[in-house]
Amino acid sequence: MISRFGRIACPGIRPRGRLYQPPNQPETIPGKSRLCLCYPPRVQSTSPVQVQSTPRHTALVRITHWITVVSFCALLLTGAEIVISHPRFYWGETGNSGTPALFTIPIPASRDTVPTGYGFVMPDQNGWSRYLHFEAAWVLVLTGLVYAAAGLMTRHFSRNLFPAPADRKWPAFRAVLAKCLRRAPPDTAESRAYNAVQRTTYLLVIFVLFPLVIWTGLALSPAFDSAVPAAVDILGGRQSARTLHFFVSGFLVFFLIVHVAMIVLAGFWNRTRPMITGRVAVPSVPLERP
Amino acid sequence: MSNISRRKLITTGLIATAGVAGITAAGPLARRYGLIPPDSDGPWGPGETLTYAAQRLLTTHSLAREFPRSMISKKPFGNETAPPSDAFKRHQAAGFADWRLSVDGMVSHPASLLLSDLRSLPVHSQITEVVCEEGWSYIAEWIGTPLVNVLDAVGVLPQARYIVYFSIEPEWWESIDMADALHPQTFLTMGMNDGDLPVRFGGPLRLRVPRQLGYKSVKYITRITATDSLKRFGKGLGSASPEAGYAWYAGI
Repeated sequence: MISRFGRIACPGIRPRGRLYQPPNQPETIPGKSRLCLCYPPRVQSTSPVQVQSTPRHTALVRITHWITVVSFCALLLTGAEIVISHPRFYWGETGNSGTPALFTIPIPASRDTVPTGYGFVMPDQNGWSRYLHFEAAWVLVLTGLVYAAAGLMTRHFSRNLFPAPADRKWPAFRAVLAKCLRRAPPDTAESRAYNAVQRTTYLLVIFVLFPLVIWTGLALSPAFDSAVPAAVDILGGRQSARTLHFFVSGFLVFFLIVHVAMIVLAGFWNRTRPMITGRVAVPSVPLERP
Repeated sequence: MSNISRRKLITTGLIATAGVAGITAAGPLARRYGLIPPDSDGPWGPGETLTYAAQRLLTTHSLAREFPRSMISKKPFGNETAPPSDAFKRHQAAGFADWRLSVDGMVSHPASLLLSDLRSLPVHSQITEVVCEEGWSYIAEWIGTPLVNVLDAVGVLPQARYIVYFSIEPEWWESIDMADALHPQTFLTMGMNDGDLPVRFGGPLRLRVPRQLGYKSVKYITRITATDSLKRFGKGLGSASPEAGYAWYAGI
């Protein structure tokens, strides 16, 4: 099925040297020919090829995106450091070095209270890691609140992220995935808007994974649990909350890897520049495709 | 910039002014209501202040979760502590008969209490979880007298804002604000799981602060002092933890 965004393109395929030939243009433009790929990168407005720069991401989306990038990286690094102090995970309310583990990450620990089987203890980084973890969490949560509130007010979610009615059906997803598997070249439509699979993924990350990681993290706070006991009881206990916090973080890392891989495959700067400048360069004439 | 409308300019200006005014007013207000932790300087200050202020507002009167007797951990885990000092060993040899808790600072009647004095105060028990910042935990029954009973007995002055408490082991001291000091679950603990509090778990006397992480529950308490400022203690960061790089407030 063809979505309302035209031919849905998979961002995974980089066009290889296919020249973009606008009508009535010579075969090669001296000095500019390397720039005229299917993806129009770095084409100046003075170029003989008519390229217009159209808005892609609002300032709100760009600023909150990059703040989230920085704070997520800080949370990931410090979270890993905290795990290193006790790389054993449990299920239920309690768990410690004297009880059986649900699973153990096979790494040395930064504390000698954990039986890891390794003969040495890693340097303890928990002090600054815990300070930075919670500071970065505040930045992430406050940024997320601004993003969610402004996104609702400006109809960002309904316009840019919720799939159109026709795209909320399985055939639409299958079309995107099939195109991906066929290694069909991407088209310019998807440099201006997300396809159904991208939209669904972003919505899951924004409205499921991030709220879950915040909830499971808050459930690890003994003071917060004293005020809102249900936060940890619903999750099955404190150690279950810790294990879930670890797994939800793992899903977010998986998303990050796929997200960055797709950007690299679709052309790193072509996808990254709009998230910095807010604008995407799009040819003003339709592409001729073989 | 032609694409900025007057309405947008005025709206943005008003929001920015309100934001600056709010941040300017927030500092003194937070200080007045005791929402600034003693380790609020430095790069971690903003996050630490937000955490402490938010949790203090949210948890002023909340009770730590208590558990049924069936959930008491069969294998509680006591963190190994440094080899005991000679002073501790002498007390241990004497069965802690001479163990004294001195209470001083901003109190009407400074006192030096034996464990038997503490046992003559109302003794309560709670089944709560010890949560280590490393991630592990266990549940035990803790038996002792709420700290508030001792503070009432010595007549803590209304100016007092923090209780500082010291272990017999040097360089091991902590402090809590009055919300935690007067909290009904903050115990001077002398027993655990129907027996005396084992040395490994802080015996003969441990201050349990169940709404904070385990490192605030200092073992082998010999002195508590009431104060209106933490500046005079150690490096002025509130306790030994920030001096070792750890947060003073350990509610998360």
